[in-house]
Order: sequence, then C-alpha cells, then structure tokens
Amino acid sequence: MILSPRFVRLWLALAAALALSFLSAAAPARAQDEPPVPVEAAPPAEAAEEIPDDEPAFSAEELEAFTDTALLSLIADLGAAAGDFAATTAAVNALAADGNPGAVPVLQALDAASLYVSDDGVVFRGERGGAGLRMFDPIGGDSLGEIATADATLIAVNNPVRRAIRTAMGSLTLLSPVRAMRIAAAAELLARPDPASLAMLDDAIAAETDAAVRTAMAEARAAILVRNTSADEAERLAAVEILVARGDQRGINALRPAAEGDPGPVADAAAAGIERIQSALRLWGIGQNVVYGISLGSVLLLAAIGLAITFGVMGVINMAHGEMVMIGAYTTFVVQEIIRTTPALAGLSDWSLAIAIPAAFLVSGAVGIGIERGIIRWLYGRPLETLLATFGLSLFLQQAVRTIFGPTNKLVGNPSWMSGSLEIGQLTITYSRLWIVVFAAIVFIALIVLLRRSAFGLQMRAVTQNRRMASAMGIRTPWVDAMTFGLGSGIAGMAGVALSQIDNVSPNLGTTYIVDSFMVVVFGGVGNLWGTLVGAMSLGIVNKMIEPYAGAVLGKIVVLVFIILFIQRRPRGLFALRGRAIEA
Amino acid sequence: MSDTTAESASTPPLRRAGAAVGHFIVGGLDWKALLVIGVLLAAAIAVPASVNSPDSLFHLSDNTTILVGKYLCYALLALSVGLIWGYGGILSLGHGAFFALGGYAMGMYLMRQIGTRGVYGHPVLPDFMVFLQYQELPWFWWGFDQFWFAAIWILLGPGLLAFAFGWFAFRSRVTGVYLSIITQALTYALWLAFFRNDMGFGGNNGLTGFKDILGANVQAPTTRAILFSASAIALAIGYWVCRSVVSSKYGKVLVAVRDAESRTRFLGYRPDRYKLFVFTLSACLAGVAGALYVPQTGIINPSEFSPLKSIEVVVWVAVGGRGTLVGPILGGIAVNALKSWFTGGSTLPHWIVAVVPAVALLVLVLARWKDGLVRTPLIGGAIGAAIAALAFVLPDNIAQWWGAGIAAIAVLAWLITTSPQAGGAAMGALIVALLRNPETAVQLSTYWTFVLGGLFVAVTLLLPRGIVGTISYGWNVLRARRASIDAQEGRDADLTDPEPLPIDGPAPEGRPAATPVGGVAPAGEGAR
Amino acid sequence: MNDRARETLLYLDGVTVSFDGFRALNSLSLILQPGEMRAIIGPNGAGKTTMMDVITGKTKPDAGEIYFNGEVDLTRLDESETARLGIGRKFQRPTVFESHTVRDNLELAIAANRGAFATLFYRSSKAVEDRIDELLGIIRLGSKQTVLGANLSHGQKQWLEIGMLLAQEPKLLLVDEPAAGMTDAETEETGILLKEIAKTKSVVVVEHDMKFVRELEVKVTVLHEGSVLSEGTFDHVSADPRVIEVYLGR
Repeated sequence: MILSPRFVRLWLALAAALALSFLSAAAPARAQDEPPVPVEAAPPAEAAEEIPDDEPAFSAEELEAFTDTALLSLIADLGAAAGDFAATTAAVNALAADGNPGAVPVLQALDAASLYVSDDGVVFRGERGGAGLRMFDPIGGDSLGEIATADATLIAVNNPVRRAIRTAMGSLTLLSPVRAMRIAAAAELLARPDPASLAMLDDAIAAETDAAVRTAMAEARAAILVRNTSADEAERLAAVEILVARGDQRGINALRPAAEGDPGPVADAAAAGIERIQSALRLWGIGQNVVYGISLGSVLLLAAIGLAITFGVMGVINMAHGEMVMIGAYTTFVVQEIIRTTPALAGLSDWSLAIAIPAAFLVSGAVGIGIERGIIRWLYGRPLETLLATFGLSLFLQQAVRTIFGPTNKLVGNPSWMSGSLEIGQLTITYSRLWIVVFAAIVFIALIVLLRRSAFGLQMRAVTQNRRMASAMGIRTPWVDAMTFGLGSGIAGMAGVALSQIDNVSPNLGTTYIVDSFMVVVFGGVGNLWGTLVGAMSLGIVNKMIEPYAGAVLGKIVVLVFIILFIQRRPRGLFALRGRAIEA
Repeated sequence: MSDTTAESASTPPLRRAGAAVGHFIVGGLDWKALLVIGVLLAAAIAVPASVNSPDSLFHLSDNTTILVGKYLCYALLALSVGLIWGYGGILSLGHGAFFALGGYAMGMYLMRQIGTRGVYGHPVLPDFMVFLQYQELPWFWWGFDQFWFAAIWILLGPGLLAFAFGWFAFRSRVTGVYLSIITQALTYALWLAFFRNDMGFGGNNGLTGFKDILGANVQAPTTRAILFSASAIALAIGYWVCRSVVSSKYGKVLVAVRDAESRTRFLGYRPDRYKLFVFTLSACLAGVAGALYVPQTGIINPSEFSPLKSIEVVVWVAVGGRGTLVGPILGGIAVNALKSWFTGGSTLPHWIVAVVPAVALLVLVLARWKDGLVRTPLIGGAIGAAIAALAFVLPDNIAQWWGAGIAAIAVLAWLITTSPQAGGAAMGALIVALLRNPETAVQLSTYWTFVLGGLFVAVTLLLPRGIVGTISYGWNVLRARRASIDAQEGRDADLTDPEPLPIDGPAPEGRPAATPVGGVAPAGEGAR
Repeated sequence: MNDRARETLLYLDGVTVSFDGFRALNSLSLILQPGEMRAIIGPNGAGKTTMMDVITGKTKPDAGEIYFNGEVDLTRLDESETARLGIGRKFQRPTVFESHTVRDNLELAIAANRGAFATLFYRSSKAVEDRIDELLGIIRLGSKQTVLGANLSHGQKQWLEIGMLLAQEPKLLLVDEPAAGMTDAETEETGILLKEIAKTKSVVVVEHDMKFVRELEVKVTVLHEGSVLSEGTFDHVSADPRVIEVYLGR
C-alpha cells in the first residue's frame, strides 16, 4: 500500500519539497514562541486632548505680504529700544497699532526672551547652541547663521512689557487676516482664559465674518465669562450653554473652574453641563468603539470568509488558511517592491494595491489548488487528519517565507489615498480602515453573488450537498473541489492585501488570525456566509467593547472563553442548520 | 494473582472488591507490556547506579541524562495524548496546557525552595515578585513550600481543569474537530494569560533559577540521575495504568464510544462520563510529565502553553502509532531525538541531502516500472537535470536559485497535472542543483521546522497507522495470510475457528435458507 | 400524570416535533400495551424514525407527553437513561462496534452496571460467558465470535445488532427496518425471531416491506405526515381507502 502509485506521488512531492527547502538560502530560524501579538495595532492616540499648535507658520505668500518696510522699521525700533523698558513697551504698542500679523512671531519671541539684537542692529530670534547663538529670522524663521554671544544683546522684558505684549498679541492674532491664526488665538484663549482680552474679543467677534471662527471666539469669550464672578449671571449662564454645546474635553476644562467655584446657579449649571458633556462623550466613546469594532470585524470577516468556504462549505479544516493570508500580504510586498525598483513603473505606486489584489488572489489561489490536489484530496472525510496535515503545511509555509524573505517585518506602504483620517464629531476613522470595511463588504457581496448566481456556484453547491449525485450529473467533482478550495484560498490572499495595510507583514501574520477566523466561522454557524458576517462583526465589536475595561490580552481571553462556552451551548453556531439533514 | 479463581456471589464484598482491583491491575499485563515496563525499570535502576562509574555501559554523561530524561517526560506526555486520541477518539490540541500546569506546580515548589539565595534575598517572595513589588505572597502560592502540597497540585491542577473543561465539552456533545479547536483555544487562552505579569506566575520569564529539590541540589549529577529514573518509573507506571485501563471492559466501552458514540448511548452507557474520566486521567499523566520535566530543564515559562507545542505532541503520537500505547512512547522519544539532532548544530553536506530526491526518483521509477520505464519519469528527470545544469552557465547569484526554481515549478506542474515527467524533472533539477557544490554543508537547525511540517503531512498521508501500528498491522496480515494458505492446503485440522481470515477475510454473504425453525425456539426462552 | 397512561407500556399523546417549520410529528398519539407487538408502516417522511427518536430521548418533542410503563416521563430523559429503563433500539442502518469482535460486542451490550468505574473494575463471570454463548447461538454467529465487527456482512451485522438488543434485556424493543438489505431467507428468519421475542417483550417494528409486516400478524399503525392515519389489523388497514390513497395515490 505504501508503494501504490498515488502514494508514491505524494511521497515524492514531500521529498521534493523537503529537498527544495534545503536548497534555499539559509536564514536563521526564528523562535516559535514569541509572545503573541495583539490582533490589531493600537488605535490612534486620542488627538482631541491636545491643544492645537498655536503658532501656525506663515505660508510663503503670507510671508511676502506681511514683510513690508513699515513692519521692518518697527522691528528695528524694537531692537533700538533694547534695555529701555518704556521704549520697548512703546515699540510693542506701535507694532500692535500697525496691525500687521507678521509681528506675531516677533512678539512671541520677545515674550519668550529669545529676541536679540546684534551689535550692528539686526533683530533676530536666537537659540543657544554651538559656540554662540544661532540666528533666525524673527518673522519667517529662516536661519541667518551664527553669532558670538558677546556680539548680541537680549531685548529684555519686564511685567509691564509682558502685559503690552499680551494685549498686542491678542489684537494682532484675533484681528489677523490669517484665518488659522484667528482660530488658534481663540483656542488659546479657550484653554487659558484671560479676562483682560474680553474687550478685544468682543471687538473681534463684531468684526468677524467667518462663522466657524466666530463660534470659536464666542466659546473663548464664554470661557472667560464663566470664570468672571463679577459678570452678569444671565450672561454667565448663557456662556455655560455655549461651552456645553461645544461638548468635548476642552469644554469641560473651561467649565470646571466655574463648577468648582462659589456655589450658585452658575456653578450648578456648570456642573450639570460637565455631566451632560461627559455622558455625551461616553456615548461618543461607545460609538468610537463600535467603529473600531466594525473595523476589526471587517478584518476578521476578510480573514474568515475564505475559511467559511473551505471549512464551512467544503468541510475541510485548513489550518494553513492563515498562511494563505500571509502569502497574500507578501505578494503585496513583492508587487510594491517591483514597482519601487523599476523606474518604468514609478507612476503606478498609488495603484500598487489595485494590482496586488488580483495578484494575491492568483498566487494564494494557486498555492491553495496545489494544496488541495497534493494533500487534502486524499483526506476527504478524515477531518482530524486534515487538521494535522494542514497544520504541518502551515509550519512549512511559514518557514519557507521566513527563509526567502527573512524573519523581520516587511514594510508595506500605504498609497496616498489611504492615509489620513476622517473625523465625524468626536469620532476618528482612518481612511485605511474605512477602505478595509468597504473592501470587505465588496468581497462579501461578490462572493454571495458568485455562489448564488453563477454556474460555478451552482456546481459547487451541488457537489457539497451530494457529491455522488453531482458526479452522476456530469459535474467534474475533483475540478470543482480544487476550484472551490482555490477560491477560498484566493480570498484569503486578498485579505492579506488588506491586512498588509494595518498589520505587520511577517511570517507569523497568519497565526495571529487563524484562531480568530475559526472562532468566527464556528460562532457564526458552519456553512452559512451570513452567519460568518454576523459572527465577525459581533466578535469584533465585543472585543473592542471589552478592551477599554480589560485590556487587549484579557479582552481576547474573555472573548475566547465566551466562545468556548457558547460552542458548548450551541455546538452548531449562531445560525445553525437545523433538521434531519445534519444528523448524518 | 487471584484472577484465576472463579468468583461467586458468596464471597465477602471486600474481598470481591479487592479481587476486582487486582484483576484491573494485572489485567493488562501481557508479554509486550511486561517488556516495556521491564526495559523502563531496568533503565531506572541502571542509570543512577552507574552515575559514579564512568566506565559502566549505563553511564550517561550529564547532558545525556537530562536529554534522555526529558525525552521520557515527553514520552509520558505523548502517552497521555495517545490514550485519549487512540482509544477515546478525543484529539486534544491543548494537552501542553496540562503539561505546563503540572510544570508550574513543580516550579512553584522549586521557587519556594530558593529561599534567601535569590538575587534579592527575600526569605519568602521569589525574585520576580520582589521585582514586581509584591508585598506578600499571593494566596495561590501558599503551601507550595511543602513538597506534598505541590505533589497534590501536580495532579489536581491539570485534573481539575480537565474535569471542568471536559464536563462542559462532553456533556454538550462537542466532538471531533470542534473539540480539537476548543482544546486549542483553551491552551491559547492560558498562553495569553500566563504571559501577563499580574497573573503572579512570573509572566514572560516564567519560573527559573531553581536550587534544591527535596533538599538535593538540582544541578548535581546524582540528582539528575535520580530525576531520570523518576521519569522512567513515572513512564512505566503511566504505561501500566493506561494498559490496565484499555484492557478493562472500560477500555472496550471507550473504543466503542470512539467508533459509534450514539450506539453506546442507546446501550445505556453515558459516553460523556467515559470520556471525562479518561480525559482527566490523561491530563493528570500530562501534569506528572510536566512536573518531572521542570527540574530537569530548570525552567518553566508560558511558551509551554503555546498552541504549537500541543500540536507537536500529536505528531509524536501519530509518528509512533495511535491506537497503541507503545507507539506514542516511541514516537515521543524518536521525534524529540530527531529534533535534538537537527537543532543541535549538526550539518550535512549537500551530496547527502541530494540522496533524498535521488531516492524519490528511484521510487518513482520503480512505481512506474510496468507502464514504460524509460518513457516517463526518467526522461523528465533527464530534461530537468539538463535545464538545471545549463542554468549554471549563468552568474553565480542567479544560478543559485535556478535549480530550485525549476524544481519548484516542476513540482507544482506535477501536483496539478499528475504527469510523471514533471515529477522526474523536479527530481532531476534538484539533484543537479544540490550536487553543484557537493561539499557545501547545510546547517540543519534551519530546517527543523520544515522537517516537522513535513512529518505532519507525511505521517497523515503515508503512514496513518504510525510506525508501531503499521508494523503490528503488517504482522497480523502476514499471520492471516499464512493461516489462509494453510487452510487452503488443508493443514488447519486443529484450528477451532473455521474462518481463516480474522482480519481481511471476505465474509460469506447471506446464510443457508434452510435453517431449522427449531433453532430459533430457544431464543425466546433464553431471552425470557 | 395522565390517568389513561396507567397500565400501558408506552403512551404517546399529542406529540409534536418540528424542524425549521417542517412538522416531522404532528400531534401523534399511540398506546402500546405490555407484551404487545406493533408494526408501524408509512411512506417516506411519515415520521417513523422521528417517533423512535422522541421515545428514546434523542429528540425532544415540542409538545405532547410520553410515558413509559405508565409512570416514567420519557421527555425528560436522554438516550442512555431510556436505554437503562429498558428500551432497546435497533437502527435502520446496522451499527455495531467495528473494531470489537462479535463476542466483545455482545459483552458490551449485556445487562450490567453501565457506570464508568464499574466497568473499569469489571470482571467477567461464568454466568455472563454462558449467556453470551447462548446469544451467539441464537444469532448464529458462534463460529464468528472472534471476527471483528467491521468484517461481518450486512445481514450478519443486522443479526449481531439484534443479539446486542437481546443482551440488553429490554422491556421494549424498537426495531427500525430489521429486514432492510436482507435476502428473502434472512428476512423470513428475522420475522420468526421477532415473533419469538415478542412472546416475552413488547416490540415496535417499523418496516417498509408489506409482505414482512403481513407475516408478523400483529396490529398495524399507519403513519402519514407525522400522525396516525389508520390503525388495526393488517387486513383492516390495507382495506382503508385513505391508506390506499397515501400509498398508491398521487
């Protein structure tokens, strides 16, 4: 029996593969036991907490427009006033009166005690470094070279000068023609309310034409008012409302002093407002988790949907499924490498993913067909043996990829249209994740259509339901088996393309997803694509909901245990086929 | 012992119970079992006895003692998997978890024995706890300074987990692949959990730096020899227990459950209870194996929970032969010895590696002998070899890959088209590529994963019975064939069984029509 | 507890089972007296096998009550519990333990403590061995007692399964198509064997083979679409126009 022809072929294929692997270039084997990688890269840090940079650099055009002779001479006056506080104050006031926003960085440098004047009268922003001072243009920030410390004088400031600077800054920025500067000024005032700016703010609001900027200024004004215990109570209550309407962490920060201040209706309103904002934020947080969950769910769906075909429809336990995903990811890497290193193809770099998707489908599909023809077809009806053989195969493929590409992570680039993120209210969705959701939906729908509407889908369903009858009807069942397996593997390859965008492309990529994929298929109900969809989405969302409370690893354990218990109760999954058919 | 005396209802119950236990204990001992136990016990005595006499035949070097001792622990682990897989049909892909739990119980005892000799010198807390700023010993570490307490937990830890897990799994009738996947999920979950520092088991680094076991230095050659012999004895006892279990009526029910679970249910058995018992027993054996493994390797860490380790165990069993008990033991030792050889820095020159495709080509030619030797594989082989040889005209850096590339393409073509020419071409290209630099050495350690993966595939496809299973099957077939030849030649006068072929014999269809009706009559009476 | 169930061996009333909306049993009622033998016939999909499933506890009914021996509620029990109560079942497709010998098959079936620990320390006794020999004689596999179950012919497996059923010493036997796949001679013999068994036990036989059913000479129940269509002697039901329509019409 060991020498019968069909086994000889297998025997030889194994020997060939083994010897082949010996031939390939040696690379150090990587330890198998590295700690597990959490399924997903950490979600982007919450950007909303930080105060936005309030020093917008000028664009080239703006710089040119602002740098006029009047400004330069006023700055020269400031330099000349060095050492004399009264003269400095006058020079600052003159800058404010001129109303040129180009003075803002100069005043900032002055406030930060980094504005110097050289012995030959050049005013510059200095940074200590090297032998003396590095000189920068006070307006544009261009480097002007270096100067010895002895050759320059710091334009010193005292408190009256600082007050003048604040006032000048307020009027310059709030009334600046540069929109970004006005918004930044309003945000700065919201974060650090300064009662002295109130009058200026009122002027600015009156002069403002841009609605968004006016809202920001109104909020800044409200932030000043709620702290001002001497202001009119009705006005302060209105201010609380404005800040509550803002509805984010900075609104809470602005309200907190009022809520913790003297008891009274304003404090109560502020406290209630904080409460309202916080509950709204919790809702947003849940929404954000749902979004993360859907994103994780799409990733799981992509990884599991191929399995739903090979395992769910054909009943083949393919432990090498994860490696099909990995091969897809490496195909993406190879496609990008070829485009990157071939000058003639340089224009295609934004299209690399569009090329990689069919390429990955074909490569993984071909490997899948090879596996089916070479190994799995001998093992139909012996699920446990299939499990072992394909597990061995997965080890083999991982090691092969490790030998060829090396054990380290490969960098796969994001095309420009996939970088960046979309913000809706307090939600942040990166475009790469958004595209993966879209891609998963397209693949899912295409697959359903293929199975329901095409001749191949019909044959496939016929073979899986009654192989002998299908064969009697003239369907080439071995061919259908191979193609079905190839289809499942090809879809896994496409999942690999998507995963290469959000996860590390390493030989272990597949193992990270294989258990989760099986869980999804089993949880959703074997042999049911809709079940897989629901399973993937619910597992993704549940995972992300638990994570904030339990942490990524513990969350995963909780989900695993939940699924184990679930399988105990409903061994056939969420959408089980019921009836006499399954008794067999 | 007393199993030859006929039992009667008048015997006192206590004696009857004693006799039943005696029957259980000796029931499984045939000559094969005695041989296995005898060899193990002999090793258990001989190795410690000759630890101080380097000239003795049984003297093992320090490293070899540890290595073989580890193999014995692995063999016990394989035995525990073989018991449930081969006889109960339960393919556990998570038995490493029980092994590791037993190991952790032992590790906790060994950690407590370090005392003030740790880096931080804390009298009670192990080093890692001091480092993680524990103020006091967590409650689940209490009592582990006592060996007896640890010994109980070595059995109880894995046993309780297996019992709880099996209770749920078997009662809800989770079987087959589903069961395998959730056992895998079990060890996966524990793997993740034990990596966490706040589990209180040392996190990533696990437990290590052991000093004493029962007052003896764990590093001393004598202690190692004794640990070796403890492993051998544990394996012998484990084998004996398994042997007794499978040869009792319980074992027969278990096999019946494996083959036709629902039928046993309709006979009134509760398959869940039967599986639960054997699963728990097997987990305890695995726990003991882990406990003996830890003092020999000197470390236990979460990697023992890794899903891969658990699946490797299944390969040991499959290689040795499932459905037997000797098979897993041999498989556990053989595969691990192979692994040590591969990962131990061995090298092979290319020309020896080239023997693999050469033999394969030979087998291919032999298998095709009848349908035209020269036309098929050999021609393909020659073509493949020629192309590969031509490729070497190319510059070195390209040529290195050409032979392999041609072979890979040919293998793919071969798998899909089943044309033997393609197979021959693949082999030919490989042989030439390998023989190009015949003296170049191959570092084997890189290829262990390939070999392991290949073993999985090879065993399931080519040797489904495993080594021991195939040998015993072949032996039975041979015997049956001889009996059938004897029967044909009329030399079977003394055979009581008129059926000559107990294994493969074609059973006669139907039966004579003229069976006397009277033959049925006693049936009714007999049935009462 | 239903009064009418008293004094009966098996009592089914209003039993309904549906799979995904398909009603396999539709308010089925059936009463079997102690010692009675009953033949059940019906076209494919009439619910014969499902009826056996609910009696043995394999399937739980959606509605209705089932009592055994007038007192035990079978809807609460699972397969092994009903088997221990004394309900034996033979499957349509013969299922014996293929990697056990014929003798071991019988030994596993023979009435004894079914507990895991009881079997672990089980010792055979002379009485048991004798009983097995006797059964081997009845099913005429004495010469094959060391043959593995897998190597028996179809008919031999059927007989071995009947032997295992007898070894269980049940009070009620549920026999699903005992003559399927047998030669005429075997079928005839099976009929005789069943009649012998029915002298001491209650038997429910499900069968397709009309000739076989007629020769059993017992009360016949015709099932159709999950409920009883007709009940009576073989001649009575075969004259029933509705039965004729179900079997021959359409």
